[in-house]
Amino acid sequence: MIPFEYRTPKSLKEVHADLRKFGTDAKLIAGGTALVIMMKQRLVRPSCLISLRAVRGLNSIAEKDGGLKIGGLATHREVETSSLVRRRVPLLAETYRHVATIRVRNMATVGGGLAHADPNQDPAPTLIALGATVKVSSAAGSRVIPIEEFFTDYYETVLKPEEIITEIYVPKLPANSGAAFLKFLPRTADDYATVSAAAVVTLDRSKKTFADVRIALGSVGTTPIRAREAEAVLRGQPVKPDALREAAEKAKAAVDPISDFRGSSAYKKEMAGVFVRRALEKALAGVTAKKAKAKTGRPAPRRRKR
Amino acid sequence: MKKKIRLRINGKKVEAEVPTNRLLIDFLRYDQGLTGTKEGCSVGVCGACTVLMDGQMVSSCLALAVFADGHDLTTVEGLAKDGELHPVQKSFIQYGGFQCGICTPGQVVAAKALLEEIPKPNEEQIKEWMMGNLCRCTGYYKIIESVQKAHQFAK
Repeated sequence: MIPFEYRTPKSLKEVHADLRKFGTDAKLIAGGTALVIMMKQRLVRPSCLISLRAVRGLNSIAEKDGGLKIGGLATHREVETSSLVRRRVPLLAETYRHVATIRVRNMATVGGGLAHADPNQDPAPTLIALGATVKVSSAAGSRVIPIEEFFTDYYETVLKPEEIITEIYVPKLPANSGAAFLKFLPRTADDYATVSAAAVVTLDRSKKTFADVRIALGSVGTTPIRAREAEAVLRGQPVKPDALREAAEKAKAAVDPISDFRGSSAYKKEMAGVFVRRALEKALAGVTAKKAKAKTGRPAPRRRKR
Repeated sequence: MKKKIRLRINGKKVEAEVPTNRLLIDFLRYDQGLTGTKEGCSVGVCGACTVLMDGQMVSSCLALAVFADGHDLTTVEGLAKDGELHPVQKSFIQYGGFQCGICTPGQVVAAKALLEEIPKPNEEQIKEWMMGNLCRCTGYYKIIESVQKAHQFAK
């Protein structure tokens, strides 16, 4: 690693000031699990690191308007183990639990993971399907970005050099909704996905028709991908297996995976269809499961990881 | 560029001036002489370099030494107390939880952290917790057994 200046701001205001001063020569660092590797490999060579490790007040997880507000410095492990997250948006806790290992999740932060913008990461597809937004700020002020508009390319986002992610907001799901995230892992449990798919379905009052559907995929393009055409096939349509298969076909057309050691491009494309269909099925099953849970008052059984 | 850090390592207060680009593992091994912590993959996957920061497992190969400023570190050297091995260490010896031994410091430190959270973990809990600690001798059954039976050695 090349030498660098190490800044330790204590507040968001000080972070803004450092970002303004060091600008494009600087990188923000929080958990370091991604950036340190890239620096060791000399893929990134910042002359200044602005550490967020001593910044207070950016790691809280709280309820807001029935949804969840998560500070950019909350760790993956904090989201995974938060009783509030497990109660309010269980899919979010489950998704973060899929990331790497506990050791990495203890360090890696929610904001850091998003800013890293590796399209193979797990949280983004779930956050897109849940309709989450990212709040970023700089000395000039703050703005809120829908998460699906946040990523622009491999390791590239709409973040400006002077901006920092301060908060993620995950809205409350409407009534009669179910959500699922599936990670296809043919190699090891701590690997990146070969393909991942997240789906959120909302049914109308009769529970026989899709009122709304959101589908997103990971590891199948230069960014996480929202499969809008697949969603359009289902919206307003009756819940039928044929419709799910048609949506899966549309999802295949939306992806553009690369061939690598996790599978060929053609194989990943095929699996994208399979996993979108399964995610939709699981999300649909969740709509009814929720009702059963409310009836018995029993907590849902703890899910096994593998 | 250097930075002064103050921390605790295995209960002992330490003050040091470290280059900002010093990795935590190199600080422990070369500056502090604590060579129990091993470096394996260097990318946070294998778990050989596992240490505890404020009781939580971290990869010391992915952390900068300056990250430890103000924190409390535990390495494998800090497990034995007054010449007596930690229950996890006794269990690894009793139940043969290691072969070549290179991954063992990381395994033992990870297992200690697990037992602090779940004193009597079941097999699934051990597998999930220890998933990031690889053993290339593939002695996993013995490792799981050692972790599962470690509580027997607790006083």
